[in-house]
Amino acid sequence: MSTVVGEMDHHDHHHAPTGISRWLFTTNHKDIGSLYLWFSFIMFLVGGSMAMVIRAELFQPGLQLVDPHFFNQMTTVHGLIMVFGAVMPAFTGLANWMIPMMIGAPDMALPRMNNWSFWILPFAFAILLASLFMEGGGPAFGWTFYAPLSTTYSGDSTALFVFSVHIMGISSIMGAINVIVTIMNMRAPGMTYMKMPLFVWTWFITAFLLIAVMPVLAGAVTMVLTDKYFGTSFFDAAGGGDPVMFQHIFWFFGHPEVYIMILPSFGIISAIIPAFSRKKLFGYASMVYATAAIAGLSFLVWAHHMFTTGMPVAAELFFMYCTMLISVPTGVKVFNWVATMWRGSMTFEVPMLFALAFVILFTIGGFSGLMLAITPIDFQYHDTYFVVAHFHYVLVSGAIFSIMAAAYYWLPKWTGHMYDTTLARWHFWTSLISVNVLFFPMHFAGLAGMPRRIPDYAVQFADINQIVSIGGFAFGLSQLIFLWVVIKCVRTGEKAPAKPWEGAEGLEWTVPSPAPYHTFETPPKVD
Amino acid sequence: MAEKHEKYYVPASSPWPIVGAIGLGLIAFGAGHTVIESSKEIDGWGAEVLLAGLAVIVVMLFGWFRDQINESMAGLYSAQLSASYRQGMSWFIFSEVMFFAAFFGALFYARFIAVEWLGGASNNAMTNEILWPGFEAMWPLTETPGGIESGSMGWFGLPLYNTIILIVSSVTCHFAHVSLEKNKRTPLKLWLGATIILGCIFLYLQGWEYVHAYNELGLTLDSGIYGNTFYMLTGFHGMHVTLGTLMLIVMFFRVLKGHFTPDNHFAFQATSWYWHFVDVVWVCLFIFVYIL
Repeated sequence: MSTVVGEMDHHDHHHAPTGISRWLFTTNHKDIGSLYLWFSFIMFLVGGSMAMVIRAELFQPGLQLVDPHFFNQMTTVHGLIMVFGAVMPAFTGLANWMIPMMIGAPDMALPRMNNWSFWILPFAFAILLASLFMEGGGPAFGWTFYAPLSTTYSGDSTALFVFSVHIMGISSIMGAINVIVTIMNMRAPGMTYMKMPLFVWTWFITAFLLIAVMPVLAGAVTMVLTDKYFGTSFFDAAGGGDPVMFQHIFWFFGHPEVYIMILPSFGIISAIIPAFSRKKLFGYASMVYATAAIAGLSFLVWAHHMFTTGMPVAAELFFMYCTMLISVPTGVKVFNWVATMWRGSMTFEVPMLFALAFVILFTIGGFSGLMLAITPIDFQYHDTYFVVAHFHYVLVSGAIFSIMAAAYYWLPKWTGHMYDTTLARWHFWTSLISVNVLFFPMHFAGLAGMPRRIPDYAVQFADINQIVSIGGFAFGLSQLIFLWVVIKCVRTGEKAPAKPWEGAEGLEWTVPSPAPYHTFETPPKVD
Repeated sequence: MAEKHEKYYVPASSPWPIVGAIGLGLIAFGAGHTVIESSKEIDGWGAEVLLAGLAVIVVMLFGWFRDQINESMAGLYSAQLSASYRQGMSWFIFSEVMFFAAFFGALFYARFIAVEWLGGASNNAMTNEILWPGFEAMWPLTETPGGIESGSMGWFGLPLYNTIILIVSSVTCHFAHVSLEKNKRTPLKLWLGATIILGCIFLYLQGWEYVHAYNELGLTLDSGIYGNTFYMLTGFHGMHVTLGTLMLIVMFFRVLKGHFTPDNHFAFQATSWYWHFVDVVWVCLFIFVYIL
């Protein structure tokens, strides 16, 4: 077998294909990365507009805009779209763009499969969204599709939900296999594991989590399908099954899934904070071990979502302590970021602003997570707006802020243009203020006993809900500024140098901006 | 690994991934509508869409593999790409392991927790007394709390023969691989052919066992959690054996056409790994579903 590149495909490299076929047939990691990022942005806006429907309905008590069944569809599909359509594809897009550049590879290891994994997503989400227009409506059982809501009491469209989740899962698994193989096999000479940028490390571990748990999700939806349509009783006590078993299987997928949506963020923040503090990352090795520890523990904490299901006390204690243990490696990370900034020459460019907001707001989400981890306290908080506040702090001001930080950090590399920093600052400050107006009061609503996933509420929650809704609309509108900044940056702007941030480190800054279509045709040397 | 390569190989762009995505989209849409239509007993075109999707996938597989084989035979691939393929296949098999793990997890949970608790174990005396009076926990669950009765499947006889057949087929598959690595083409064909025949016999006997279970034992897909886990585990395993057998048949024809060399036979190796994987799953099935 020859070790030299084939001659046959050489002419393809030098004329980048144009038009629609470029995007349909591409094997280029940058094209596929852009497809993923644009797709996730569109889904972010679609899922966001569903959140706007939710907030509009909850603006005042009583039922005014939508009927409860449609409200339930909105909460369900908002969750599904944001998790599987916005956050996960955005990270995969970032992985596609950055990992080959960061490790000195020409492309992903399996470029054709890469294209396949992307193009499955538009079909999967088209099916899911189309099911909203069916007679009887789309899925309305919450994104966690607990049995028996998703089996005995669900609508006709459940089968479409199941199969669309199946193909989303296929897409995620192929994407993850691609990332993991790229990292294991395509590193440039000298790029040892402990020299990899943390974004690569965190994605390496995330990819492992994806391959481990997406098939479990496939198993869960399969059991829902057979329970609903083929007479099995996995989740039905009359046949010897148990609805609680659904929650065990789902959360065995679901909890690692939570870390799938945050570990790449840790990698992004670990790239940005050193760049704008002009210091090396504090405690690189401990960051790697902490990420691995979080991933390992993520398989042992799933039942903290189920403290009120009547598990034996021993199980509740086990899951409570394991959950609290996660705060140790997470604390290591937050400590390392702060220590990196300590006595650094800090400047506050837009990516750094988002990174700082991430550190603070993610930590708030982490602390409310610790409160929820305490079993007896969770009995009080379970299924209230406190939980909604908690996971939106870690997912919106955590994961999504980190994605925006990444976009502002690498946009000059992707487009070759500097973006409009004034507008970007407007985007940051409006997002920062509105996200807190949106989610912080939810803690109080939850502590006062307002349940989640309801279209109507008792009048004493009216004030808090109005504030939350105003924050929600403001946050939604702020994201249009982001859209504007990105479009402007793609089309025009000041020419960006190869390394627009003086403190930035990594192979991606050694190539011109925009990065050439094929970054490295021969492996760069890393010392 | 990377030190060996002076230049990188990147495959050219290809139409097959988007064809595959369309195929999967049609399958998901068609399968969903097929299930919905059959559950409501209405006419529709779900099945047609599903079949169209399957046809698209078959076309995609032929086209994609044809291109891959031609490129590989033309010597385009680097050793690095072969390593990527091998690692990719290993991770794919790991994902399959986790898929089966979900169903084994359901089996263990049902057997050791759900059924026991319905029978009053742990702190569930009242669950049993009030909700399911008279229900006794047992495994195999031949009478459900709801009162459905069925037989249970023993391990002796057909399942044991099938276990032996599959283990032997794993050995013959290994011999075929060894023959290929030594470039002994005739033993390669014989061992590979034997593996395929054993795979087919397994599938035939498995079908026979299902007929026996349905007709004589009254054990069906809807006879409670024992039947559910039995059919889902053996059914998904059977689907994997079917796929594995098809892969082996493709390998057989490729061997007849003179494909593969002692050091360039990724497709053969991947098929062989897959076959060993379905074998290991069966051994777990035999132990946990049939014997214990």
